[in-house]
Amino acid sequence: MSVSLILALGLAVLGYVIAPRRALAVAGGDARTLAALPRQYGLNALLAVLVPSFAILIAGTLAGAGAYLGWTILVVAVVGFAGSLFKITPDYRARTHAENWIKLILIAASVVAILTTVGIVFSMLFEARNFFSQYDWKDFFLSAEWSPNFRGNSSLGILPLLWGTLYISFIALVFAVPIGLFAAIYLSEYASRRMRSVTKPAIEILAGIPTIVYGLFALVTVGPFLRDYFAAPMGFGGSASSVMTAGLVMGVMLIPFVSSLSDDIINAVPQTMRDGSLALGATKSETIRQVVIPAALPGIVGATLLAASRAIGETMIVVLGAGAAARLSLNPFEAMTTVTVKIVSQLTGDTDFASPETLVAFALGMTLFVITLCLNVLALLIVRKYREQYE
Amino acid sequence: MKDTPMTNAKISAKGVDVHYADTHAIKDVNVEIADKTVTAFIGPSGCGKSTFLRCINRMNDTIDSCRVTGDIRIDGEDIYDAKVDPVQLRAKVGMVFQKPNPFPKSIYDNVAYGPKIHGLARNKAELDEIVEKSLRKAALWNEAKDRLLSPGTGLSGGQQQRLCIARAIATAPEVLLMDEPCSALDPIATAQVEELIDELQKSFCVVIVTHSMQQAARVSQKTAFFHLGSLVEYDDTDKIFTNPEDPRTESYISGRIG
Repeated sequence: MSVSLILALGLAVLGYVIAPRRALAVAGGDARTLAALPRQYGLNALLAVLVPSFAILIAGTLAGAGAYLGWTILVVAVVGFAGSLFKITPDYRARTHAENWIKLILIAASVVAILTTVGIVFSMLFEARNFFSQYDWKDFFLSAEWSPNFRGNSSLGILPLLWGTLYISFIALVFAVPIGLFAAIYLSEYASRRMRSVTKPAIEILAGIPTIVYGLFALVTVGPFLRDYFAAPMGFGGSASSVMTAGLVMGVMLIPFVSSLSDDIINAVPQTMRDGSLALGATKSETIRQVVIPAALPGIVGATLLAASRAIGETMIVVLGAGAAARLSLNPFEAMTTVTVKIVSQLTGDTDFASPETLVAFALGMTLFVITLCLNVLALLIVRKYREQYE
Repeated sequence: MKDTPMTNAKISAKGVDVHYADTHAIKDVNVEIADKTVTAFIGPSGCGKSTFLRCINRMNDTIDSCRVTGDIRIDGEDIYDAKVDPVQLRAKVGMVFQKPNPFPKSIYDNVAYGPKIHGLARNKAELDEIVEKSLRKAALWNEAKDRLLSPGTGLSGGQQQRLCIARAIATAPEVLLMDEPCSALDPIATAQVEELIDELQKSFCVVIVTHSMQQAARVSQKTAFFHLGSLVEYDDTDKIFTNPEDPRTESYISGRIG
């Protein structure tokens, strides 16, 4: 099979070299009488070989056709090669055909992204259905107890996990949204160009830190600090792992996310709006509060919801910052855990993919997916509404 | 600094220079603008007429690279004095821009924006009155009175521009600056706005920048011709258009330069 792939590649290159010459020869040496530029005949030949061969390769591999795949590829390549060469006449619109091949490639790329998502959803749906055939959905969604037991007879209630997820995400957003938004306002409205060129990348560096590093920061610095200076003196308990720890550190992680999205949105508010307000004798902060922010608000809400989806899906910071104990409590200095952490712990180690204790991970994942999907759709809807405003 | 000049001019500028980074945009402009008249600034693109207009309400302050020197006085008060707050100045000197720029708020809120910020109304009833008066003055009341709460951006271009004029006069300014207010409008909307300018002249000192010489001739009593950053000629509009002193003015109004 690899031989025929190499042959197909060779044919493609050969076509790329020969086709322009053949086109010129057909035209009697005068390129101006051709329907397209000579190199476009070459490009068309190249793509006419490559695109079908690769399509066959991928389709064949997925379908599991082993033995004849190599031959099929070779045949398709030869047909493409011969077809693109023999069709060359002065009137042959190689430009249009090459463009169509390129369009096909681009369509294929976008289809891959969509199909993958659909595939993920289906695999999760399938396993989640298995889970619900073994475990009552009422116990899953409505029970407040989470105590998996690999010998069977577990309580697998999602509520404590969902509570932990929402609590931690809430604290993270309460921390990240104002700070990120204010940073964005400073950057887009007040900062001088030089200040902006330093500050904006510096904030965005935060976005490049792996979440496990944030987790370490939560574990060794923020957790003990909160315990020693807040939780213990105020009598909230002595745990370094806490909702507060994970929430704060996650908030730090989200700041660049919120600020760079909000910054783009605030910058998209036309300058004429600001001029209009300033010319009426409004101060800079009045202008921002009453004109710029309201105009950018839908976008800012969208940014917040996207940040919320990230917070809900975050795992590493929670494992290291908030612990792994499923608990329903209001005390922010107590260890709690989230849906994602429990998905990991249910699937690590020796697992048997038939018991509800493992399959529950898919039900958890599905629930999480639905929640973040709803948030993302909501965010998109709001952002789209905003876009229409100035057009 | 010289003493307050003994003229009855509303705005008086002496030796005004404006620099943008390396560009010398306005060169030694001296002009006296009378109250309750319409003064037009004409000249080819890039001649500095808009820049000079933006000096009068210190909108150039919002551009970092812009530096204004010289002496501009309104009612004898130096507006570039350190004591003067540009924010207060702009409440007194309203501005209408080239492109209609209503806020994405309701028509009512657009007009009420300035009065609210400056605390001009003590209660809702007073604010309602200001809004109605401003919209009437801007000849928009009849079209807008039934849709005060719908968004200002939903109006037509000409209506939007009149809304911006209403918004500007709602803060009860003394001077109204208009930077090519009709260049984004069709001829009918332009005629309406011009008619309005005629009306506004009774209560305000109006300064209008325009590309259209016909418009300058129609609406203004005084005309200033700018060329390459200098004020070439400033006189009664009739005189500028019939018997200009400077050969450059004559070339411009007869269409030979610009």
